[in-house]
Amino acid sequence: MWEYTEKLKDHFFNPRNVGEVEDADGVGEVGSLACGDALKLTFKLDKNGRIKDAKFKTFGCASAIATSSVLTELIKGKTLDEAMQVTNKDIADYLGGLPEQKMHCSVMGREALEAAVDNYRGGGTTKHELEGRVVCTCFGVTDQEIERVIRENDLTSVEQVTNYCKAGGGCGGCHGEIEKIIEAVQGERVKEQAVTPPRKGKKLTTIQKIQLVQQTINEQVRPALRTHGGNIELVDVEGNKVTVAFRGMCAQCKLAEYTMKDVVEAKLREFVSGDLYVEEDTDSVDEGHEHRG
Amino acid sequence: MKEIYFDNNATTRVADEVFEEMQPYFCRLYGNPSSMHTFGGQVGVKIREAREQVARLLGCDPSEIIFTSCGTESDSTAIHGTLAAVPHRRKVITTRVEHPAVLTVCRELESHGYHVVELGVDKLGRLDLNELESELDDDTALVTIMYANNETGVVFPIEQIAEMVTSRGITLHTDGVQIAGKMPLNLSESPINLLSLSGHKLHAPKGAGVLYVKKGTRIAPFLLGGHQEGGRRAGTENVPGIIALGKACELAAEHMKEENTRVKRLRDKLESAILKSCPDSRVNGDREHRLPNTTNISFEYVEGEAILLLLDRYGICASSGSACTSGSLEPSHVLRAMGVPFTAAHGSIRFSLSRYNTEDQVDFTIAKMPEIIERLRELSPFVQAATR
Repeated sequence: MWEYTEKLKDHFFNPRNVGEVEDADGVGEVGSLACGDALKLTFKLDKNGRIKDAKFKTFGCASAIATSSVLTELIKGKTLDEAMQVTNKDIADYLGGLPEQKMHCSVMGREALEAAVDNYRGGGTTKHELEGRVVCTCFGVTDQEIERVIRENDLTSVEQVTNYCKAGGGCGGCHGEIEKIIEAVQGERVKEQAVTPPRKGKKLTTIQKIQLVQQTINEQVRPALRTHGGNIELVDVEGNKVTVAFRGMCAQCKLAEYTMKDVVEAKLREFVSGDLYVEEDTDSVDEGHEHRG
Repeated sequence: MKEIYFDNNATTRVADEVFEEMQPYFCRLYGNPSSMHTFGGQVGVKIREAREQVARLLGCDPSEIIFTSCGTESDSTAIHGTLAAVPHRRKVITTRVEHPAVLTVCRELESHGYHVVELGVDKLGRLDLNELESELDDDTALVTIMYANNETGVVFPIEQIAEMVTSRGITLHTDGVQIAGKMPLNLSESPINLLSLSGHKLHAPKGAGVLYVKKGTRIAPFLLGGHQEGGRRAGTENVPGIIALGKACELAAEHMKEENTRVKRLRDKLESAILKSCPDSRVNGDREHRLPNTTNISFEYVEGEAILLLLDRYGICASSGSACTSGSLEPSHVLRAMGVPFTAAHGSIRFSLSRYNTEDQVDFTIAKMPEIIERLRELSPFVQAATR
């Protein structure tokens, strides 16, 4: 059971400003059903340019609903410039804190507000715009968003980043990239914490090489495939040729040849030896592996 | 406020009779059953009795019962013990909907060079036995498939599976944690080699479990360091827990009929009333082959944790497969394996009943459910677009 503050429970059981403002000046939408939470924020300005009314509709857990409720309370009466100063931390602080794993709810509130203000100012789309390059494909989070939560909340680990913006919470394939972004933002402070990759460098004996290839596949490749219902097996290592077989979902994936093989090859070159190349063994995938759609 | 406990697949209340039975073995009869003196010896007699009580519920011989500390230990022992006994075989077959006590162990095996096959399920959570059959080969050391699913209550045709697997000389383990006490078992007539059971799922306290090992099944011990349980599980026995578990099994056998009549009827009433009163709701899993006490219902456009908290205000205890309750960001692996759309998986609620539930509790929940769902849907940005 989550430990929620009394204030959070109050805003969940008695949410303020539920609904949609009529003739809204700004509308902002973030999240989706698939992601597990979504928020639609609408506001109307008075003649002095202050937010006269703000309402929300939210799909999500108790903290998603409570943070949305607080957001509307916080921005009412403010000018848009003042409202834009509200950070996800302000929202969380107002509630007397949020469980770490729920911090992304407060970030969602801030994003919805930005989308609504952009919508008013630019008059364009109401959706939260993705700025930058998508790093986490599972939850559609870009490098700029990750950078921003790291800066605003002084984050130092991948786990924290996942708690704050969901990035890295799916297959885990982007953990390396998130680590690099953390390093770029936080600099030396976090460098030592970085995970050390398996040893590489000296000339390996054949047995050592095979073991290192197996270890790299186990630790670096399989976990990502697993979350998509797939799997990989090491079939053979002959000189610099590494033969692998993809199983489960991945075996039928038409893109396997272009994506997975390259990913495996890149990982093996990074962690074992730059001369390795990967071939896919299609013969050893037996018929019984087909999964029903 | 008195709680209305519909979360019996998570854990159960200890039966009064069970508590009474175990009580003397804390402060008064605290002896070690391995001791030579009469004081300890009398405890050993009680453990023998408990073993017989468990054996009667499972329909097997008392010598086939090993007491463990929990269902998870039983599962780990079954898997590692079997693999250690047939070291030349390197393939393990399981399913994508297993409890983590099995699935996590199997996935870990992959890092040690095992070839692990995870069978998929269809939309109703059913296995394709042809697929299983095509995977069985000379390299297969173990097939481990749960008897009944903890989240949906879907029951797999384990007898048929066991026949198919063991006739090829392969060991079959089944996680029977959810089935034991809810549906009759007769293991002496069954080819099942290994079955795990957990005390706290059948009104015994937490901290005692069982691994059934059919005579003739090759299995290496998992915990070493003592002669307890015939050398198959070392460690001083959890005496009060084992005595409680024995009594709980005896009671479970007595209440088996009630479980499949009165409890089942309450479950059916709860389920059909909710489906009727809450639009856009659906049952997850095969309703035909299912535990009598479990229902898993999805409510579109709303999120499970929010439902649970509103239920909690009325003292109603249930659980959810939503991402927010699992502590991860993705919904239940069981519902995903079944291809339940994310929209429905996030809003899934499991009610699991027991013989302690009453008609009044069911009626009260039926009365409260529509307003809870309606309230959250009023908050939901998806409802207007989708249904109005």
